[in-house]
Amino acid sequence: MTALDTAVDMRTTLGSAPIPSPVLTASGCSAFGGELEPFVDLTAIGAVVTKSVQLRPRSGRATPRMAETPSGMLNSIGLQGPGIDGLLAEELPWLAERGVRAFVSIAGTRVEDFAELAERLRGVPGVLGLEVNISCPNVESRGEVFACDPVAASDVVSAVRAAADPAHPVYAKLSPDVTDIVSVARAVSEAGADGLSMINTLLGLVIDPDTMRPVLGGVTGGLSGPAIRPVALRCVWQVHQALPEVPILGMGGIRTGLDALQFVLAGASAVSVGTAVFNDPSAVARVHDELAVALGERGFASLAEAVGYAHR
Amino acid sequence: MSPLTAPAPRAAHPPVQRTVEVVGRRAVDAYVELTLSAPEIAERAQPGQFVAFAVGGETSALLLRRSIAISTADDGLVTVVVSAAGPGSAWLTERQPGDTVDVVGPLGRPFPDPPPGARALLVGGGYGAAALVGLAARLRDAGHEVDAVAGAAGADRLCSVQELTGIAARVAVTTDDGSSGRRGLVTLAVDELLPDAGVVYACGPMPMLRAVADAATARSIPSYVAVEESMACGIGVCMTCVLPIVGEDGRTRFSRSCTEGPVFGGDRVRFDDVGSLPWDVVGADAMGVVAP
Ligand SMILES: Cc1cc2nc3c(=O)[nH]c(=O)nc-3n(C[C@H](O)[C@H](O)[C@H](O)COP(=O)(O)OP(=O)(O)OC[C@H]3O[C@@H](n4cnc5c(N)ncnc54)[C@H](O)[C@@H]3O)c2cc1C
Ligand SMILES: Cc1cc2nc3c(=O)[nH]c(=O)nc-3n(C[C@H](O)[C@H](O)[C@H](O)COP(=O)(O)O)c2cc1C
Ligand code: FES
Repeated sequence: MTALDTAVDMRTTLGSAPIPSPVLTASGCSAFGGELEPFVDLTAIGAVVTKSVQLRPRSGRATPRMAETPSGMLNSIGLQGPGIDGLLAEELPWLAERGVRAFVSIAGTRVEDFAELAERLRGVPGVLGLEVNISCPNVESRGEVFACDPVAASDVVSAVRAAADPAHPVYAKLSPDVTDIVSVARAVSEAGADGLSMINTLLGLVIDPDTMRPVLGGVTGGLSGPAIRPVALRCVWQVHQALPEVPILGMGGIRTGLDALQFVLAGASAVSVGTAVFNDPSAVARVHDELAVALGERGFASLAEAVGYAHR
Repeated sequence: MSPLTAPAPRAAHPPVQRTVEVVGRRAVDAYVELTLSAPEIAERAQPGQFVAFAVGGETSALLLRRSIAISTADDGLVTVVVSAAGPGSAWLTERQPGDTVDVVGPLGRPFPDPPPGARALLVGGGYGAAALVGLAARLRDAGHEVDAVAGAAGADRLCSVQELTGIAARVAVTTDDGSSGRRGLVTLAVDELLPDAGVVYACGPMPMLRAVADAATARSIPSYVAVEESMACGIGVCMTCVLPIVGEDGRTRFSRSCTEGPVFGGDRVRFDDVGSLPWDVVGADAMGVVAP
């Protein structure tokens, strides 16, 4: 890249964990990283955020699982995955052998599930930290999503923080489908979250005008991609304004370095690139390079200087 | 019962992402054949694999890649046959020589080799026949006898008949409306040619794949089908493209048709269960689906 690029110090941290680049994959949008190996240097990116894992293997939902929407898509994958045993046996060793940092996303339907997952991941080589996907239905509360209830969300986060490796930063992943995202952010921070990942997808629906039925097998699905970027940016802005000390991993529709720059200026100290990877498998590396150039062009010597700049 | 077909092996080479030039465009009835100057993809490609195009340009609101089967890959050139189904594939058919496109490939698993000496029956439905042209040539060059069946709704939706005629010993054509070849479904011709076949390869719409696979399996002839399932990424990272596939251990999993397919053993695809979540799929219990 250009001289400008190399001049900007792009290092950042996830909680206490240092990473060389602020650009990460997004959970569920790069599987476990391996498929991106032909397209990006996985050791150079911030981290691979792995597909949310649960205790048991999950088949995921019936197809159709996706519908394209204007500047985005709706998905209802249903957290298909190998379960924690599979992850520990196959995917994490593969990443560790190559020196790829894994930020492991965990999910569950009861508080104890999350705690057990955090426990199982203690001291595992290559694991940089945990992202807690609380956008899951809580079986003990008639299926209400943890992320929509500050109390349930904090219960999960405090249980994970207590069970997790002390060296693993714990990030809580917030849902935008709430009336007051700041109150959820505050609750999970007080419960011990070292940082916040935001945002998860927004709930949406598409109906096929020919069949006159919902397109997705799961009826509703999660909306992602550039279509949700302004919503995501607003969430990051509001939370950074209220809780300036809490690190934010920003995401939602990031496709270019200038998109990532907006999240940084709003208060994110790192970003995830999700749906854009489907369009461009090298997007994570490209966004890093473009962000470095954009920061340099604006006179920033480091990424850190730009974090939250729009508020000042 | 005889053991199921061996699963298609992984491709020999990983994919690349390149911006390539369109060097040829030919309208063929209802389709458009594009020729791309893509040497790094051509040299890696094996029959049965596909490429995935970004559509609509850099600021396009159509974010998802469009998967298109590779028809031929020789001398640095990759050809594809595109049917304008919706906005993305229509955009592709509008590309002109001199335009550039962002393409990832070759993707997916190729058709496996036939049993030694086996006569091969290739069955293509609609533009699915295009995906068999490279395979037909490879099989012939390896000394196998090749028969081919091309079928479509009507004459304008037939594809690659000329190319296949140059390679295959026998070529049968069927159309639903009788506008070309014999009136009827491909199975009409398949049933006649099947007794001579030692292996069957098929590409086309799901109901056709199912009929062909069932007919082959009923005669204990191994079959391989290249499926077409809705894909968002084409490279294996999104999990949208899954089908219920019987694995080597006999258990059914939701397998990604982009990386574990698109070529599957015809006897390994649970066609009846596509679009549902059967209880015996690995991990269905965690979704709350219980055995009856
Ligand atoms: C392995 C494979 C090989 C294929 N080979 C060919 C080919 O040789 N020639 C050809 O014309 N078409 C082929 N297709 C189908 C082609 O991918 C779709 O027609 C095309 O993606 C539709 O895009 P659209 O924008 O026109 O339609 P839309 O319906 O607007 O597409 C919306 C989204 O759904 C996905 N989608 C919709 N229909 C299909 C479909 N049938 N298969 C896969 N994804 C779909 C698209 O990728 C896109 O993400 C192939 C598909 C697969 C999976
Ligand atoms: C196909 C798909 C699967 C996803 N799976 C997960 C998941 O398993 N866990 C999770 O926390 N988020 C998941 N997400 C949400 C993304 O991580 C991200 O928060 C969201 O898509 C917004 O970012 P984007 O617009 O860059 O994709 C998924 C998104 C998509 C599109
Ligand atoms: S299309 Fe994304 S995993 Fe197959």
